[in-house]
Amino acid sequence: MTGIGPAELVAGIALVALTAYVLLGGADFGGGVWDLLASGPRKREQRALIAEAIGPIWEANHVWLILVIVVLFTCFPVAFARLTIGLHIPLSLMLIGIVLRGSAFTFRSHYGHGGEHGDSSMSAHWGRIFAIASVGTPVTLGLCVSALAAGTLGPPGRAGFHASYVAPWLTPFGVGVGLLTLALFAFLAAVYLTVEAREPALREDFRRRALGAAAAVFVAAFGTLGLALLGAPLMGRGLTGAPWAPALHLATGAAAVAAIWALWSRRFRLARLAAAAQVSLILWGWALAQYPYLIPPDLAIRAAAAPRITLVLSLWVLGLGALVLFPSLIYLFRVFKPR
Amino acid sequence: MPDLLAARSQMAMSLGFHIIFAMVGIAMPVLMVVAERRWQRTGDRIYLDLAHRWAKGTAILFAVGAVSGTVLSFELGLLWPTFMEHAGPVIGMPFSLEGFAFFTEAVFLGVYLYGWDRISRRAHLAAGWAVAVSGMLSGVFVVIASAWMNAPTGIRWVDGRAADIDPIAAMLNPAALPQVLHMTLAAYASTGLVVAGIHAWPLLRHPRNAFHRRALSVALLIGAPAALLQPLSGDLSAKFVAHWQPVKLAAMEGHFKTERGAPLRIGGWPDETAGETRYAIEIPYALSVLAFADPRAEVKGLEAFPREHWPPVAIVHVAFQVMVGLGSYLALVGAAALWLMWRRHDLSRHRWLLRALVLAAPMGFICTEAGWTVTEVGRQPWIIHGLMRTADAVTPMPGLVVPFLVFTALYCALGVAVAWLLYQQVLRSPQAAEEDPA
Repeated sequence: MTGIGPAELVAGIALVALTAYVLLGGADFGGGVWDLLASGPRKREQRALIAEAIGPIWEANHVWLILVIVVLFTCFPVAFARLTIGLHIPLSLMLIGIVLRGSAFTFRSHYGHGGEHGDSSMSAHWGRIFAIASVGTPVTLGLCVSALAAGTLGPPGRAGFHASYVAPWLTPFGVGVGLLTLALFAFLAAVYLTVEAREPALREDFRRRALGAAAAVFVAAFGTLGLALLGAPLMGRGLTGAPWAPALHLATGAAAVAAIWALWSRRFRLARLAAAAQVSLILWGWALAQYPYLIPPDLAIRAAAAPRITLVLSLWVLGLGALVLFPSLIYLFRVFKPR
Repeated sequence: MPDLLAARSQMAMSLGFHIIFAMVGIAMPVLMVVAERRWQRTGDRIYLDLAHRWAKGTAILFAVGAVSGTVLSFELGLLWPTFMEHAGPVIGMPFSLEGFAFFTEAVFLGVYLYGWDRISRRAHLAAGWAVAVSGMLSGVFVVIASAWMNAPTGIRWVDGRAADIDPIAAMLNPAALPQVLHMTLAAYASTGLVVAGIHAWPLLRHPRNAFHRRALSVALLIGAPAALLQPLSGDLSAKFVAHWQPVKLAAMEGHFKTERGAPLRIGGWPDETAGETRYAIEIPYALSVLAFADPRAEVKGLEAFPREHWPPVAIVHVAFQVMVGLGSYLALVGAAALWLMWRRHDLSRHRWLLRALVLAAPMGFICTEAGWTVTEVGRQPWIIHGLMRTADAVTPMPGLVVPFLVFTALYCALGVAVAWLLYQQVLRSPQAAEEDPA
């Protein structure tokens, strides 16, 4: 269990891809949340800004999730099998959310906005589906993560439908993680939108929303930590007892304070950086707390890993793929996100 | 509904749904780019309008393809965790490569759809080509993984476990080339001809409509050659099956008794209990010739294999007949259209061709669904040919009929929504300038 081998390396890359999904794809879901909560005199403008921000990039952002899944089933097939068996129900719910969010958003953007053939009632109808799915999907993602974190996905073969397929994820801790995920995604989206808004009044709308979301993140994070100590002792111990824990919490806290301060003093680009750092640190805190286990309490990264040849080839593919991917992504973001 | 049947039905439904959108995602960017290139070369604004409208349709279909593809990547585990536990390390490579191809496709589709006014004309066209090439590669990699299930190389099966795995050898499996060729051509033929059919319909009433005339010419440029080449790649696939999966070939042909100089059966209904195919038209020696290029070659019949290794014979045979029958029609229509285009005829004056194209519109997709039925149902009872049974791969989760029904309902609703949106798009076609008779 010592040292870093190809298995740990691949797992690290999967974590990086998951971080990218949360920072980019997560914010797209967060955009849907603010679409649902659009209010005030600039309701229309808020929704238009969200659609404009998500439109060109959401499909690329979504592929990070597919990359995580592919790495998981190629390099950690035992873990993939256990996850997809134990989390069949929340994963299916998440997929329904993903399908509805993506399709409804596209239907609305290409036939909505009262344009040439726009039918505004149909458009509003798709917008509503898009927004509701954007709220539900992060919660189901959080429920899945909670089962991993809590170590409730033991080896299969226990008796009873409820014990095997419901109990691992439907817990108070699970609901806490689900709401925390939702709050984090909404927070990211609001902070990003403060940078992307061109009108000052619209920017203020999202600044207020970002500050509100920051408060929601604060409540959800501490609530979840409390629930972890009560109901997910493994994660609770990892997050509080490990030698690196104080440094990590300090860094996360510093990023959170920096994000709020930057929002308060209207340094929006700094706020974007700090918010991304804060969310990444929360994700990595979870990963560190359960290291070296992929599925606590018993399935370690190395034990779940595929044969060495697969891991080495995968590292090559990931490396070469990155050579194509990163220039393409940089181009995409330079074209559509110049700020 | 037994869980195994529910899982198989959900997988079949999900694949059958996704494949349509995946094919359109592969071929439509080529049509779009050809139209845009013609606009850039000729300055004819109608081609630009065409590129815009096709891009809109592509955006909708690509999005549904992307999310339904995501569902499939999870369903591999949600429905077949034991399969993935053993096959993941062997065939993960093409899926990883597909991941990057799909990334490129999504990035440049975003650039293409939203970048009309933001980047140079040259960069915009290049983005379109990037979508077209990476879309094709995505399909190629996924089909390679699927082909491996028919010809599992790069793996040794010891005591119910995978051993000595070699992911490179798995990617180079003998089914890969014929399946990849057949599927890639299917994407261009089906999509090209459905678009041709859609634009042939209004041309029957307004043969001088400039918009539809240009659309038809671009669509046929992609669809017709692919439809014409498809029987050749089909022959390659059949020869692979004859060699590697003789029981599947026997089922496809409704061929029960091992014999030399075997006839080709067209149509008919295979009766598994009686062990014969009734009401078929038999062409003497033709099966031996097609499968082994020798009229006296022996073709193994179903009786040569244990009963428990038979796929559902009637389904496979009928699906194969549908694919070959409709595919032949498409090849003929494609050949006729290409001939007339070669001779510089005005296609819209040939009303019989327009009618034939309208009739052909849905056939490519039907062919593809039938072809996948042959491939996948014909592989049963195996999930990995000869190594792992489908029944041993299914998830232990009970009550699988519920997710099957839920996803079926979801996809039905989605299908209706997409059809409605595209219908509106096509129905309200532009009243483009009438063209002077050439």
